[in-house]
Amino acid sequence: MPQLEHIHYDVLVIGAGGAGLRAAIEASANGVTCGIVCKSLLGKAHTVMAEGGIAAAMANVDDRDNWKVHFADTMRGGQYLNNPRMAELHAQEAPECVRELEGWGALFDRTADGRILQRNFGGHKYPRLAHVGDRTGLEMIRTLQDAGIHRGVAVHMECAIFSLLKDGDRVVGAFGYEREKGRFLLFSAKAIVIATGGIGRAYSITSNSWEYTGDGQALAYDAGAELMDMEFVQFHPTGMVWPPSVRGILVTEGVRGEGGVLRNSLGKRFMFDDIPANYKASTADNEEEGWRYTQGDKEARRPPELLTRDHVARCIMREVRDGRGGPHGGVYLDISWIKERIANAQEHIKKKLPSMYHQFKQLADIDITSEPMEVGPTTHYVMGGVRVNGDTQMSNVPGLFAAGEVAAGLHGANRLGGNSLSDLLVFGRRAGRCAAEFAKEHGGGKINQADVDAAAARALAPFDRVGGAGPYQVQYQLQKDMQDLVGIVRRQDEMERALEVLKTLKERSAKVGVVGNREYNPGWHTALDLHNLMIVSEAVTLAAIDRKESRGAHFREDYPDKSAEFGKVNTVLKKGPNGEMQLRREPLPELKADLKQIIEEMK
Amino acid sequence: MPKATFRIWRSEGQGSGEFKDYSTEITEGMVVLDAVHQIQAESANDLAVRWNCKAGKCGSCSAEVNGMPKLMCMTRLNTLPLENPVLIEPMQAFPTIRDLVTDVSSNFEHKKRIKAFKPKKPEADGTWRMAQADVDRVQEFRKCIECFLCQDVCHVLRDHHLHDEFVGPRFLVHAAALEMHPLDTEDRTADLKKLHGIGYCNVTKCCTKVCPEGITITDNAIIPLKERVADEFYDPIKKLIQLVVRKR
Ligand SMILES: Cc1cc2nc3c(=O)[nH]c(=O)nc-3n(C[C@H](O)[C@H](O)[C@H](O)COP(=O)(O)OP(=O)(O)OC[C@H]3O[C@@H](n4cnc5c(N)ncnc54)[C@H](O)[C@@H]3O)c2cc1C
Ligand code: SF4
Ligand code: SF4
Ligand code: FES
Repeated sequence: MPQLEHIHYDVLVIGAGGAGLRAAIEASANGVTCGIVCKSLLGKAHTVMAEGGIAAAMANVDDRDNWKVHFADTMRGGQYLNNPRMAELHAQEAPECVRELEGWGALFDRTADGRILQRNFGGHKYPRLAHVGDRTGLEMIRTLQDAGIHRGVAVHMECAIFSLLKDGDRVVGAFGYEREKGRFLLFSAKAIVIATGGIGRAYSITSNSWEYTGDGQALAYDAGAELMDMEFVQFHPTGMVWPPSVRGILVTEGVRGEGGVLRNSLGKRFMFDDIPANYKASTADNEEEGWRYTQGDKEARRPPELLTRDHVARCIMREVRDGRGGPHGGVYLDISWIKERIANAQEHIKKKLPSMYHQFKQLADIDITSEPMEVGPTTHYVMGGVRVNGDTQMSNVPGLFAAGEVAAGLHGANRLGGNSLSDLLVFGRRAGRCAAEFAKEHGGGKINQADVDAAAARALAPFDRVGGAGPYQVQYQLQKDMQDLVGIVRRQDEMERALEVLKTLKERSAKVGVVGNREYNPGWHTALDLHNLMIVSEAVTLAAIDRKESRGAHFREDYPDKSAEFGKVNTVLKKGPNGEMQLRREPLPELKADLKQIIEEMK
Repeated sequence: MPKATFRIWRSEGQGSGEFKDYSTEITEGMVVLDAVHQIQAESANDLAVRWNCKAGKCGSCSAEVNGMPKLMCMTRLNTLPLENPVLIEPMQAFPTIRDLVTDVSSNFEHKKRIKAFKPKKPEADGTWRMAQADVDRVQEFRKCIECFLCQDVCHVLRDHHLHDEFVGPRFLVHAAALEMHPLDTEDRTADLKKLHGIGYCNVTKCCTKVCPEGITITDNAIIPLKERVADEFYDPIKKLIQLVVRKR
């Protein structure tokens, strides 16, 4: 085949966000050769956009915090569908991972006595998020990126992988292309770590970038790996709603952590109206107490604005639906009111939330230090993904690992803010180490030339289909349908319609044609992404239809309550022998007695 | 809906190319990147452009809009005169790959050559103590989103093409962040002079003016580094700086 470059690494990492970079650094440190590929330039992955912080029970601000509290918070937030082993390891190892970043040059905001400062965030009992203003993700990715290039990790920027190659059961390679010239690339590897992030581009209103087309989930699924918990898609309560061109862009939870409040068009703090029973004891019942909490009063309970994201998002939906929303279909998020409480409020806000200040000033002509923002829910994160072993991060396909947003298990039915960045570090590190071990224990496999040829033919097919549907139009249609039919509030009939729509869209996407040549052609790229978007959209829909209850981020109007039966299972999806998507309910992993006790004690 | 015309550079690879006019509908709040995307979806499926965050956080969408180096995602159309076509070109200091996408790989090579962070020993408990005041200064530099707009306007790179001899403002900011890091113990002074070519910078401050993150590149990063270099080696520019500084 012409124009094929063949490259070998012991460990290949797909994705250069926090999880991929951390995995690559670790693999390299374990004495194997390691390469990393990413669709954008290095340092531009989604991780760069994270704002609020990294959750880790370092107890720098409140010494009552420890890993057990963090574990219990994560399980409660995930409505107990989490993989308890992952929640345990995550809570235990996060502090060490944050300190490791500091040792590589990250500069977090400091406490008065010079330690890493931690802030409040929804669902976390104590101030727990290590942060740098509201640009924590930038600090993290830059630190990892700079550490990686000085530690022998080979980087292939602007390359995309579109299929995995197997030798028997085991994964042994990956096939893709480099965007600049459109040349094909063949990677052989003894172990592969997928760290490709999420699926937000399956929806029209999203905080996610063009990269989030569910590539990793689809690559793994096509290679025989199981997906889990795909019904749990997190809609962040506060995205921008106006002007239309910025709709969906995230407004960090940090705004509420710093004292920002939600109000409806009547000026009422509606979050006090509906506090779930299991959070009643830990939530303030008056505005005064809520304010004291945000200012670090350890005796005060959290304001209801800092309840879990699924709940806040639904309360906002309710206000808007019942006619108490703002002119653009959102509600008001106000941080400027704190001038009633503190001197220098304007400077304080700019210092604590600099990029939010700029974002609104430049994109919406709004000065958040003097007026409220209008906000509404936006598709943000997928809790589900590749089903992995909690200790090693390996999937059911030998040699295939997954870490970060693309993996399932840690967050259960709903992720707490800040638990993603820590997830990337803890499980990126584990995946890197275990992949290196796997590579050392196993020799190379054999790549089947016929598989390579087939993948290449599939990739080039859109060029032969001149006059077919445009790739962008199919993508927009998919996004709109998923938003309308499998969004925040779900119903059986709508989701069944979504399955029908997906079927026709699949047919349309098989006819998509592209213009131009192979060099840096975004149309071609979009056409290739459609396959992945279809798989993850179908997975979300099938899983959401099966789960006949409401739990965490999955809310069904026709089954508004939790069910004990569904509280015992995860939804697992796998590709069947005839290419059909098969679903099964998998009993939750066993909860060890000591962990059970922690949960009981902190209920 | 009103329409506006966008005159966009289209090219197949290096060198040759031409401006093409595209007309598209304008809605409230739109930024240049939205217009480019709309055109891409409607009438130029293969129009090459980089972007990720659409919120000024990733530094991917750098280009020149009406001749000004800008992040396209943060450039509102209502700040531009729409009676004339809006001119959109790739950054001129770098070779074009295609359309609005440039080859910025030299930047990643510079980064590799700057000596890595080397921390001092932690305290007995395995952690470090640092005062916020000492961190503030370096945090300014670490705001950099690597958009490379400063590299694009620096005449040493743009007009004199000295990419091999001079790392450029972005990497002087990077070096400053390392040199002024409260924990760092590495010495990069000799490298700055010999390897990174800090002497080429004649403090025109063009870089500072375009930085979307508002980093005071020249005053806060480059001049202090130049002073360090001058303390170790003789540097004719130092005299000039001292003059300038004294005048203020
Ligand atoms: C605006 C915003 C704010 C957030 N704030 C926070 C926060 O404060 N705290 C927190 O904990 N979490 C936050 N999150 C969530 C968190 O940022 C993400 O979940 C996390 O960064 C994902 O990291 P990752 O390493 O899994 O993937 P990413 O950082 O998204 O990296 C994915 C990588 O995979 C590559 N890739 C994808 N597909 C392919 C392919 N086919 N071939 C090759 N490469 C591929 C991409 O190019 C990219 O390099 C936020 C998210 C957003 C969008
Ligand atoms: S101040 Fe120096 S680095 Fe900045 S643009 Fe001028 S010459 Fe270039
Ligand atoms: S210093 Fe400023 S202009 Fe230069 S790359 Fe960084 S953010 Fe961009
Ligand atoms: S798209 Fe990220 S800075 Fe413009």
